[in-house]
Amino acid sequence: MDIELMISSFPKLINATLITLKLLSVSLILGLFIGLGFAVLRMNNNKLINKFAYGYSYIFRGTPLLVQIFIIYFGLGQIEYLRTTFLWVVLKEPYWCAIIAFSLNTGAYTSEILRSAFQTIKPGYLEAGRSLGIPSKIIFTKIQIPIAIKQSLPAYGNEIILMLKGTSLASTVTLMDLTGVAKYIISTTFKPVEVFIVAGGIYLFITFIIHNVIKYLEKKYGFQT
Amino acid sequence: MELLYFGDKGWGDELFFATLMTIAVSITAMIIGFIFAALFTPLKLSNNKFLNSIGNAYTTVIRGVPELLVIYLFFFGGSGAIMFVASIFGYNDYIEINAFLTGSFSIGIISGAYSTEVFRGALQSIDKGQFEAAKVLGFNRYIYFFKIILPQMLRLAIPNLSNVWQITLKDTSLISVTGLVEIMRQSYIAAGSTRDPLFFYSFAAVLYLMLTFLSMQLLNRLETKYSKGY
Repeated sequence: MDIELMISSFPKLINATLITLKLLSVSLILGLFIGLGFAVLRMNNNKLINKFAYGYSYIFRGTPLLVQIFIIYFGLGQIEYLRTTFLWVVLKEPYWCAIIAFSLNTGAYTSEILRSAFQTIKPGYLEAGRSLGIPSKIIFTKIQIPIAIKQSLPAYGNEIILMLKGTSLASTVTLMDLTGVAKYIISTTFKPVEVFIVAGGIYLFITFIIHNVIKYLEKKYGFQT
Repeated sequence: MELLYFGDKGWGDELFFATLMTIAVSITAMIIGFIFAALFTPLKLSNNKFLNSIGNAYTTVIRGVPELLVIYLFFFGGSGAIMFVASIFGYNDYIEINAFLTGSFSIGIISGAYSTEVFRGALQSIDKGQFEAAKVLGFNRYIYFFKIILPQMLRLAIPNLSNVWQITLKDTSLISVTGLVEIMRQSYIAAGSTRDPLFFYSFAAVLYLMLTFLSMQLLNRLETKYSKGY
């Protein structure tokens, strides 16, 4: 055990944790919107729209996140046309490529979570809302969404933790996130166990916090339905 | 399409063997995972606090730490650990472990943590009366476990195990960082030498989709087979 290395690498790893957290939060927020959009599309009665939303979630859930990142980072740059548009400003940055891949990936999982949450809402609530003359927009935001949040919290908590682990793949496209820095320290010092303990400990600590926040929210939204 | 020709001209055969490699690693990892699950599920269900905390530590740590970090630990630390053990027995040469073994082992440990949770859940949802009845009827331990508990457990576990299989299959893409030539690594090599990453990575995505689709079909059949009689 090289305690000294563990102590000296700690500040570097903490700095890298900030990048991990930034990647995580930005892609979760974007993914939530994408997921909500596709969940609504999935519940559409039009078969074509429905199939499109299903295909999206099937493709993103059926392929490894690593492939998705590589397609976006290495693949899209190959299209000459893209290089001329303003999108190229975004796509040449590994940071934004990682965020796009993560958001699309978590969006696919989130859409499945939200869809099943919306579908478990008893039709009686919607009928009650409608018969009281509440506009359907307000039924959606004030009745469907709060119930869906409650139903989907446990599954969404898992998704956040999966995404936290997913952000480690950013290190494969040259981003120095927590895993990237950990790998760099391991490959320069050849002390994998020590670095693993520190970096793994930081990941576990974040997981622990997420777990508890979700638990708290579950309690807060734990109204009877 | 020329890029996919078999033989020297295209990458078809290379990608074909890479797909076989992915399947081989996934299956090996799944089996190693089952071994780990068989060891740790009893610990997680044990009443002994110490054993219980070992079981919990395994599943919590592995499921809370990124797969890539676990792979790096075994990739960089694996041969060191084995050389240390070998040096105790007086063998001091450099030992390099096979990338296939490192890869399957690290993915196996990860998949084992998920399998442990699945088996624990399945065992806990078997009706208590079944255990008691089996004991009261005086069955020996072999029949007790293999004929009464296991079939009921499998029925409950298989749907979740197919999820674990999907996770394991997708996780194998991460072993490409260790240089094992599976789908992802082969696509990386092909993309590098043809300068056509978009095509090869998209093709890799198609291969993975095919694998997940086909394995789901098989697993669904298994599921109906085991839920017979319910």
